[in-house]
Amino acid sequence: MSINFALLLEQTLNGLQYGVMLFLMAAGLTLVFGIMNLVNLAHGSLYMVGAYLATAFTEKTGSFVLGVALALPATLLVGVVVEIVALRTLYERDHLDQVLATFGLILFFNELVAIVWGRAAIFTSVPPFLSGHFRVLPGLPYPTYRAVIILVGIAVAIMLWALVTRTRLGMRIRAGASNRTMISALGVDIRQLYTFVFGLGAALAGLAGAMAGPVYSVQPGMGEGILIQVFVVIVIGGIGSIRGAVVGAIVVGMADTLGRAFLKPLLATIISPPAADKAGPALASMSIYLLMAAVLFFRPEGLFPARGRS
Amino acid sequence: MRTTRRAALAGFLVALVAAPASAQTVKIGFITTLSGPQGAIGEHMKNSVELALDHLGRKVGGLDVEVIYGDDQVKPDVGKQLADEMLKKHKVHFVSGVIWSNVMLAVAPTVTGAGTFMIGTNAGPHELAGKMCHELFFTTSWQNDQTPEAMGKYMQDQNITDVYAMAPNYAAGKDMIAGVKRYFKNKIVGEVYTQLGQQDYQAEISQLRAASPKAVFVFYPGGMGIQFLKQYAQAGLRGQIPLYSVYTVDEISLPAVKEAALGQFETRYWSPDLKNEANQKYVVDYRKKYGKMPVFYGAQSYDGIMLIDAAVKAVKGDLTNKKGMIAAMRQADYKSTRGPYKYNVNHFPIENFYLLKAVQDPSGELVMQIQKTVFENHKDSYSAECPMKW
Repeated sequence: MSINFALLLEQTLNGLQYGVMLFLMAAGLTLVFGIMNLVNLAHGSLYMVGAYLATAFTEKTGSFVLGVALALPATLLVGVVVEIVALRTLYERDHLDQVLATFGLILFFNELVAIVWGRAAIFTSVPPFLSGHFRVLPGLPYPTYRAVIILVGIAVAIMLWALVTRTRLGMRIRAGASNRTMISALGVDIRQLYTFVFGLGAALAGLAGAMAGPVYSVQPGMGEGILIQVFVVIVIGGIGSIRGAVVGAIVVGMADTLGRAFLKPLLATIISPPAADKAGPALASMSIYLLMAAVLFFRPEGLFPARGRS
Repeated sequence: MRTTRRAALAGFLVALVAAPASAQTVKIGFITTLSGPQGAIGEHMKNSVELALDHLGRKVGGLDVEVIYGDDQVKPDVGKQLADEMLKKHKVHFVSGVIWSNVMLAVAPTVTGAGTFMIGTNAGPHELAGKMCHELFFTTSWQNDQTPEAMGKYMQDQNITDVYAMAPNYAAGKDMIAGVKRYFKNKIVGEVYTQLGQQDYQAEISQLRAASPKAVFVFYPGGMGIQFLKQYAQAGLRGQIPLYSVYTVDEISLPAVKEAALGQFETRYWSPDLKNEANQKYVVDYRKKYGKMPVFYGAQSYDGIMLIDAAVKAVKGDLTNKKGMIAAMRQADYKSTRGPYKYNVNHFPIENFYLLKAVQDPSGELVMQIQKTVFENHKDSYSAECPMKW
């Protein structure tokens, strides 16, 4: 079987781009889970809120860049409000209560955006200056917008890395992920740290949503689909670790994309083509979960767990 | 002249006598999806039921009417519970609506089994058209296979030599591609099933481009369609490889995709630009009342109320006369938004299917427009399995 090299490269870029989107979501979720010990099912809702706000601001201002730039602090604000109003009381409760409460938040946000913007999906498009293609290689055009998503994702990853490893705040975040009791005993206002971390996570989810708007469908409930994969990412990467989120997101993005693209033709060389037709899509959709199961078996704490956690 | 006057007088007297005695109300339970991402469809259906009641002067068959709406949340078990509640608590005379085939398969037997009418206004699973057909079950929509059959026929007529087919990996996705294959006999170069609810199609689109087919057929309802169409256009394939679809572009998704849908082909039994009196009235008044284009889900629901109205009229408001109402409904003697049609033995419509294209109308609005008739009076493929005789 010959896999055309240009196609392989293109699918690798697709996988990278998908991984970047997952990373933006996973970074926030893993910090909130790791530091605050909070299972936040409503993280997908913040992604949705980011997409809606970016769309609304883009329409108001006429500029996509400005729309996204405004959506970020706005989603951060929404996150902070949610943390203060709803989540603060949940930190001491067990995970089941948190799941129940944050699931309630999903329903609340879905109905809220339906009331404000209607139930039908709303229109967003790639801004004209990003709508073209550029040549990665001769004969391999790639959508500029998707390339920009990759670049933004890499930039955010570097900034987060710098924040977490090179600043005092980052030190506290790392300390919080490793041992929450100790850090509050040392006199750090853990409450403030929680609010900040949650807001940061919300802003990152909002950024993912804002960038997803022009590619995906902006509608109530858009965050739930991606949330499941994001949980897979943080389980693979290791809870509470930014490095784990980066690696997990890229691994999941690649496995999912390459699985969808090449598993069926690959299987067809081993088993009969009709059987491959059936097994290919089924296996491709399972691939990331199989990967997660394998990681859980060999390294239950994930590939790059936060230090000090066990 | 004299006879009509006498008839009118008689009718008046009957009404005078009957009205205070019974003061009967027609109760209709309408099941649809009103919450969640698919709630947009239910909103159109509910709006259309209300518009039909407006047009009937808030009476059905001359009687007062009460509609009880239920939200099935796209879940068969919830749909069945709603049906039970409507039958036992509200004692409805008709249950109507239902978007999803899996919900319909749970609801319809419950309703008809209780001796009550089920007037479907969307889902058309093949079971109900074939072995499970029932004299109390009618639908104002279609059997699921009919629409993709029309698309298969059109692509065959165009003599497209090879087609790349894509659909979500679940029962209806496979049915749709099977429906296309029933009439499209040329080559299917790729048959790709994606995850239900998938958001990103870039990987599949890259594979598709590498396969360079003559045409692409897809079935991506709801949000999946919006995502696929946007990404197809962003990949620069719009205008390169023609795209044919069913249930992917409609008046709900058009405002969300706009230019990305331009030039899209769909097949359908109805379109807002169908030229008949009932449809023009429906479309104009719908836009006036709700400020947006109606969609086929709504037109079917509007028709459902009109069909019930005709049946209740035919038995002069005697809701216990089920035989009479069945006979009346079989005539489909009402002003349907699709124009006149007949019922097949299995109570599924024998109707036309059209080729629609997403175009920009002179005012700049994107609309679906009829290009040609693909099938005239098209029967579904399962009616032979239905044991009902009439």
